[in-house]
Amino acid sequence: MIQLTNVVKRYHTRSGQITVLDHINLHIAQGEKVGILGRNGAGKSTLIRMISGAERPTSGNITRDMSVSWPLAFGGAFQGSLTGLDNLRFICRVYGTSTEDKIPFVQEFSELGKYLREPVKTYSSGMRARLAFAISMVVEFDCFLIDEIIAVGDARFHEKCQYELFEKRKDRAMILVSHDPGFIREHCQHASVLVRGKMTSFDDLDVAFDYYNEHASETTYA
Amino acid sequence: MREVITRYGRHNIGFLWLFVEPMMFTLGVTTLWILAGAAHGSDLPIAAFALTGYSTVLLWRNMPGRCSGAIESNLSLMYHRHVKVIDIFASRILLEMAGTTASFITLAVAFTAVGLIEPPEDILKIMLAWCMLAWFGAALSLLVGGLSERTEIIEKLWHPTSYLLFPLSGAAFMVDWLPSEAQEFILFLPMVHSVELLREGYFGVAVHAHYDMAYMGVANLCLTLLGISQVRVVSRTVMPE
Repeated sequence: MIQLTNVVKRYHTRSGQITVLDHINLHIAQGEKVGILGRNGAGKSTLIRMISGAERPTSGNITRDMSVSWPLAFGGAFQGSLTGLDNLRFICRVYGTSTEDKIPFVQEFSELGKYLREPVKTYSSGMRARLAFAISMVVEFDCFLIDEIIAVGDARFHEKCQYELFEKRKDRAMILVSHDPGFIREHCQHASVLVRGKMTSFDDLDVAFDYYNEHASETTYA
Repeated sequence: MREVITRYGRHNIGFLWLFVEPMMFTLGVTTLWILAGAAHGSDLPIAAFALTGYSTVLLWRNMPGRCSGAIESNLSLMYHRHVKVIDIFASRILLEMAGTTASFITLAVAFTAVGLIEPPEDILKIMLAWCMLAWFGAALSLLVGGLSERTEIIEKLWHPTSYLLFPLSGAAFMVDWLPSEAQEFILFLPMVHSVELLREGYFGVAVHAHYDMAYMGVANLCLTLLGISQVRVVSRTVMPE
């Protein structure tokens, strides 16, 4: 279970403090799949980074009873001057699993071939995304945080990702962040909508979408 | 280990640079001092004097240098909950410590072997002095590293500061050579105590060292607390890429 209680996040900007997230409450049970909808800049990624523990809330509490992944996104989370293989080793060490038996999987899945032994900063963005996804699948979590990662690569790779994540791991909890209602509809049971730092949760997806569309025209940076 | 590979790559002599670099520094400075030998007006062997002096400078100066801005270049790793600000600092501090220590030991052994310097009088004193100085450097690193994350000015300030501190650090003189008013001032600097102790360990009764390890211990402790508090502040506000 993951429980967010009254989570507030503020950032300092040149024009004073802005409140990105304002008293957020969220509960995620084992195996539950929740979508978080919001426009660009609504605070979705901030929220997911706080759930992962990479950032700390300004106030409020986050309890995690299950293992939570880092925010799986396009790139990020890697060290550019290391090779793909070294990045894999690093991740495995940080999350306490063995490395050597994971290499074949990553090699095959990422389809990087000999580039796996080149520094990540020389990769194209597509290669980076393939590596990111392959490495993300190496460590097993109870809950995956997914930051629009799926919209990546060509159609075939896309399909492979879908299978790995939503077929093989369909018993896990997931938090999906997107501004694309279709994607959320496909994979989630519930959805929450972020508007101006406030989050409203809906059990019914259709109600959530209506609410989202209703507020979609509002400016984020009021 | 990751830090090692990132910094030195997987090519040629790679991580050997870790101690070759400070070694070249010390060697160069030692050579210069030998050539300019007459200038220092004491009968201490110049090679040993330069070696003990310059190695200590590297020890306390390199660690903070490596730590300022360390978070910036490792931001992408902060995505992982288990990677904390302190881990990044710690890895850089340990690496630098290992490098300068290895360089000091290698050079000392090599110089002794070729007869350029005499073996030290009291190894234990040297080790104590070295450890205290390493502690000082590590604490200073946390402080500088933490502060540099909050404002860029610190990174800019650190370079001139470390340069100005170098001649004052005791690397190039013994406190005993100074007039007594200057002695009082110079002994406010914690690293001076350590350098003095190290010299006493090396030259024995040939030098009259001024030091107070209790003072240095307290100073180190304060610095450590300050450093850790800064790290805490930073880790609360750090924002991954």
